Amino acid sequence: MKIAVCIKRTPDSESRFRIAASGAAIDDTGLKFDIDDFAGYAVEAALQINEKAGGGESVVIAIGPDSVQESLRKAMSMGVDRAVHLKADAVPADGIAIAKALAAELQSGGFDLVLFGKHSFDSSSAVVGTATAELLGVPCVTAASELSVTGGTGVARRELEGAAELVSFPLPAVVTIDEGVARPRYPSLKGIMAAKKKPLETKPAQLGAARVTVQKAQLPPERPAGRIIGEGVAAVPELVRLLQTEAKVL
Amino acid sequence: MGNVLVWAESRGGELRKVALEAVTAARRLAGATGGGEVHVVLAGPPGIAARSTDLATHGADVIFLVEAPELATFAREALAATIVGRARAGEYRAVLLGFSAQGRDLGPRIAARLDAPIATDVLDATPAGDSLVVTHPAYANKVLLSLAIAGPLAVISVRPGAIAAVESPTSARTEAIALAAAPAAVVTVTEVKEGAKGRPDLGDAPVIVAGGRGLKAAENFRIVEELADAFGNAAVGATRAVTDDGWRPHSDQIGQTGRQVSPQLYVAIGISGAIQHLAGMRASRTIVAINKDKEAPIFKVADYGIVGDVLEVVPALTLAVRQARASG
Ligand SMILES: Cc1cc2nc3c(=O)[nH]c(=O)nc-3n(C[C@H](O)[C@H](O)[C@H](O)COP(=O)(O)OP(=O)(O)OC[C@H]3O[C@@H](n4cnc5c(N)ncnc54)[C@H](O)[C@@H]3O)c2cc1C
Ligand SMILES: Nc1ncnc2c1ncn2[C@@H]1O[C@H](COP(=O)(O)O)[C@@H](O)[C@H]1O
Repeated sequence: MKIAVCIKRTPDSESRFRIAASGAAIDDTGLKFDIDDFAGYAVEAALQINEKAGGGESVVIAIGPDSVQESLRKAMSMGVDRAVHLKADAVPADGIAIAKALAAELQSGGFDLVLFGKHSFDSSSAVVGTATAELLGVPCVTAASELSVTGGTGVARRELEGAAELVSFPLPAVVTIDEGVARPRYPSLKGIMAAKKKPLETKPAQLGAARVTVQKAQLPPERPAGRIIGEGVAAVPELVRLLQTEAKVL
Repeated sequence: MGNVLVWAESRGGELRKVALEAVTAARRLAGATGGGEVHVVLAGPPGIAARSTDLATHGADVIFLVEAPELATFAREALAATIVGRARAGEYRAVLLGFSAQGRDLGPRIAARLDAPIATDVLDATPAGDSLVVTHPAYANKVLLSLAIAGPLAVISVRPGAIAAVESPTSARTEAIALAAAPAAVVTVTEVKEGAKGRPDLGDAPVIVAGGRGLKAAENFRIVEELADAFGNAAVGATRAVTDDGWRPHSDQIGQTGRQVSPQLYVAIGISGAIQHLAGMRASRTIVAINKDKEAPIFKVADYGIVGDVLEVVPALTLAVRQARASG
């Protein structure tokens, strides 16, 4: 199958964030960046689907500055066949603008399946995959925690609050990937060597004007420092008393 | 003056809590944009009309009612098309919905079809000049962004539980509309698996009792369940270590790649407090932690910590909570 995976490059989630001098972004200095977690699961899912089918082609696409090429190479070192870098100085906060640029690239690609992460760590918006599907006019399953494809049909599972939904859908389609589908593999040394020779095409991203912009970025208020009230079973009565009188939740 | 359109989320014929929260947010936004009306799309299987009352109590001026048997399960494409059709038929300042599993799916569909900008998972929405400004937690809740949304029409989804539903009774007018046609190729629901009955959802529960690898074995999760039962209104959650090991389903996972929760009380049992777990629960009002390691990072965010073995402390706590509730 011909599968495209759209990947975002985001800061490591373990990072301590500081606000940039502009007051409207985080300060990137010293942060480690990598393929976004859910997009990484999507890459792994694409590889597994084609491995199971015994063939096919996988392509990764990323919008962003030149640094995203490192993430595209990483995906190729995991086993993806080729990459497309849609160049932009910065990634906007406008998910529809991103979706338009991705849809413009995907439109003529003849993909059976296009995979996304269910949401990205940095913007945490859960917009781009579904909006891209609408612009392409193909069925879309969001936040799939299980996915399999046979012939021209996909089946997936989605978690709802307190329930789960099993769905089927015809290809071509877009699926956004939740945790549970596949934990990404580590690139092998052989994979890393091979990735250096795989094609990486660069072209400008057709982003258009952003209608959603960041005005201000702030760190949320810190929680007051934690407090240990005691040890072992002996501390239980004091805990219950505090829950009743101080926290008033009992 | 701006009217606001709301999708009143329902599932299986029941209104979801976030529907009333979205109506409350819409009421405020319509007020702030100069006294507009709140129009609500209430769509579900036949019988859903009975849910109109709750919407009117919370401030719906007009209810667009769609009753169709195909809405017994989540008919995403037809629902999106219906809301888009309604949005085009009126002059709306915004379309509001909840950032729930269904709302996350519908929001971007609606925005893309209307070619409107969208902001998701917001805590509030206010007009500022020609824009709407929303607060959106990003970076797994580690950064709060103020986003400005330009243009005459915006799609906005509100974080469940962030805006308390407030009553504001109106004499709502109801108008029946038809379910719009879906495109030829759609996603078909083949089965809905209902989760364990008798417990509230993690998003709705005032109390969450969550267990981690410190419980040592799947069968020890029983003590987590028993403590949840003692509270009476508690949901049960877990860490990724636990869902990875298959002790609990992935849907119970709390954290950066699981559910994000903010109950009144969060009890962390045998949980180390990894940053990815904290990302999903640090907004809880009161946090209790029980861990045998006094250096565990969970104690840095716990209002009340007990250092001890969960297999001893938790059963004692369960007993004490039961007694407190029986006498209280
Ligand atoms: C990209 C990414 C995303 C992630 N997303 C999530 C997520 O969404 N949610 C999540 O939870 N994790 C997530 N994680 C995993 C996270 O980093 C931790 O590995 C995980 O939260 C640890 O779970 P735990 O606290 O149950 O286990 P551990 O870290 O092993 O902690 C067990 C704790 O139990 C204590 N303990 C042991 N025995 C006892 C006893 N008898 N009595 C009392 N205490 C005891 C120990 O002192 C320890 O603190 C993610 C990781 C990555 C890399
Ligand atoms: N700049 C980008 N380049 C490529 N794919 C992206 C980009 N931004 C978002 N995506 C994809 O869209 C998904 C959802 O992102 P978001 O809507 O920002 O939460 C991500 O997991 C990626 O798969």
